[in-house]
Amino acid sequence: MMIEVRWHGRGGQGAWTAANLLAMAAAIDGKHVQSFPAFGPERSGAPILAFTRISDKPIDLHSMVYEPDIVIVLDPTLLKNVPVTEGLKKNGLIVVNYEGDTEKLYKMLGIEKGEYRVYITPATKLALEILKRPITNTAMIGALLKAEKLVSFESIEKALYERFPKPIAEKNLGLIKQAYELAREV
Amino acid sequence: MTEAVKTPHIPLEKQKLLTVNGDEAVAWAAKQSLVDVVAAYPITPQTIIVEKFSEFVANGEVHTEFVPVESEHSAMSACVGAAAAGARAFTATAANGLALMWEILYIAASLRLPIVLAVANRALSAPINIHCDHSDAMGMRDAGWIQLFVENVQEAYDTTIQAFKIAEDERVLLPVAVNLDGFFLSHTLENIHILPDEAVHEFLGGYRKVPKVKVDYFDEEVPLMLNPARPLSFGPLDLYDYYFEHKMHQVEAMKRVPEVVREVNEKWYELTGRKYGDGILVPYEVEDADIIVTVLGSTGGTVRHIVKKLRREGKKVGMVRIKMFRPFPHKELAEILKNAKVVGVMDRAISFGSYGPSFLDINTALYDYKKKPLLVNYIYGLGGRDAPPELLEKMFNELLSDAEKGYVENKLRFLGVRE
Repeated sequence: MMIEVRWHGRGGQGAWTAANLLAMAAAIDGKHVQSFPAFGPERSGAPILAFTRISDKPIDLHSMVYEPDIVIVLDPTLLKNVPVTEGLKKNGLIVVNYEGDTEKLYKMLGIEKGEYRVYITPATKLALEILKRPITNTAMIGALLKAEKLVSFESIEKALYERFPKPIAEKNLGLIKQAYELAREV
Repeated sequence: MTEAVKTPHIPLEKQKLLTVNGDEAVAWAAKQSLVDVVAAYPITPQTIIVEKFSEFVANGEVHTEFVPVESEHSAMSACVGAAAAGARAFTATAANGLALMWEILYIAASLRLPIVLAVANRALSAPINIHCDHSDAMGMRDAGWIQLFVENVQEAYDTTIQAFKIAEDERVLLPVAVNLDGFFLSHTLENIHILPDEAVHEFLGGYRKVPKVKVDYFDEEVPLMLNPARPLSFGPLDLYDYYFEHKMHQVEAMKRVPEVVREVNEKWYELTGRKYGDGILVPYEVEDADIIVTVLGSTGGTVRHIVKKLRREGKKVGMVRIKMFRPFPHKELAEILKNAKVVGVMDRAISFGSYGPSFLDINTALYDYKKKPLLVNYIYGLGGRDAPPELLEKMFNELLSDAEKGYVENKLRFLGVRE
């Protein structure tokens, strides 16, 4: 079984890094993985995409992801002009960095209640508190894990320490845990 | 696709799990291959290879002399000088950088210098495009290099190490280009297993060993390298008196490449449990196939994905991934293709005014056969245009309908382009 995740973010928010961390953690769990960006020139603030594939078997595919199982939105301002639900599989999962009126959220997503599973977490607020910077990528991994236990916490922790210097890894681990706690289905 | 051997010398649990992109995998391979000299100039999507390698240099993890040069022309020139002096030399480039190397590529091959070059395949300008196609590699097709194409990140690691072994084999002594698709592999993280350093050292027989040759003016055999104590010259003037004969040496060396590639593939299999077909061609479901598709590089995986799907639907389709493009395996490939009804040849490059490069070779391969398949050339993926499964399925369905009709109307087709 293969899970395909599409990450929506803005240049500088670390969408590709999040895609990579998830892949690294899944690989530590013994899964086969791929993660890659949507291959555009990187500009700070511009909408970007990244992808993660996780599978029990070796992954043959080497094309982009068009029908993801999961969509993760790192920045709520993307909802206004990026069709984040495009191609999302039936009963798929949407995880959004969002706090506030959930009816408005559904309206911005352009979906009906019950059509997809929707999870939110206040990632920007938490990132500002803990990292002092609005980098929401790791917080969204926490929210994802609340909705779908794709990888173990231990593996995410290992991946963080592999990828970042210790103090940064520690802070991000704290951020993931808080975002996990506050994540909820709406 | 890899097949698992039951008891490799280094079992999987003794191999280190890495989750890295294709560029990093190549850098790791070069790091473990005891490379003496790396001379390089950055260009997307290759840059990470040299960036990562320079990290190893800065950390003192390798003994390599790193030469940051001012252009790709200089990068290959420095590699030529280093390899002529007996060093194991490595560089990496892509697209316009490879084009700028072109002059020196011929010199490297003609001087029989076993340099390894990683090419993160990228489209050539203009317009400027940083994404994947094989136009860059096809520009060096006739330069006298061995050209290998890989499908995934694991294979990029495995093949880079194998490339040194192939290049330096005394039967070969030719440079090797390892091609990995820009972005689809260079910037894609996958889980791979790498060998312990010592296992790679042992596989390669340690540092580069230069073969000895008999030269008229020395009493004993001398290493074939630049050495002031026993002076030799490389590539001096050679007019119509001997140039042609020297070209014949390259022709003969190319003929010996396939057996060496097969041996190296087999030895790697025993060591690691991984092999890629016979190291030259990677066929899948071809035995009874009416339709066979040939392909180079990472798209091979997506084609296999569709072959599996269509086989489940009972359609007799198969595929061959061409891992070694130069020397081209004409006979071996023809033997696989000859009984199919239609063969679809995928090329991620075009010779303007003609066909795709591998289509020309496959026509040559099949010409002498009485019974042979119809051939269709599919040009796809130029400038990084994606080849998703649905598009490849459409291609297979076209080929199935060609087979039913028994003739082909349009031999040159463009897959995934706006009409």
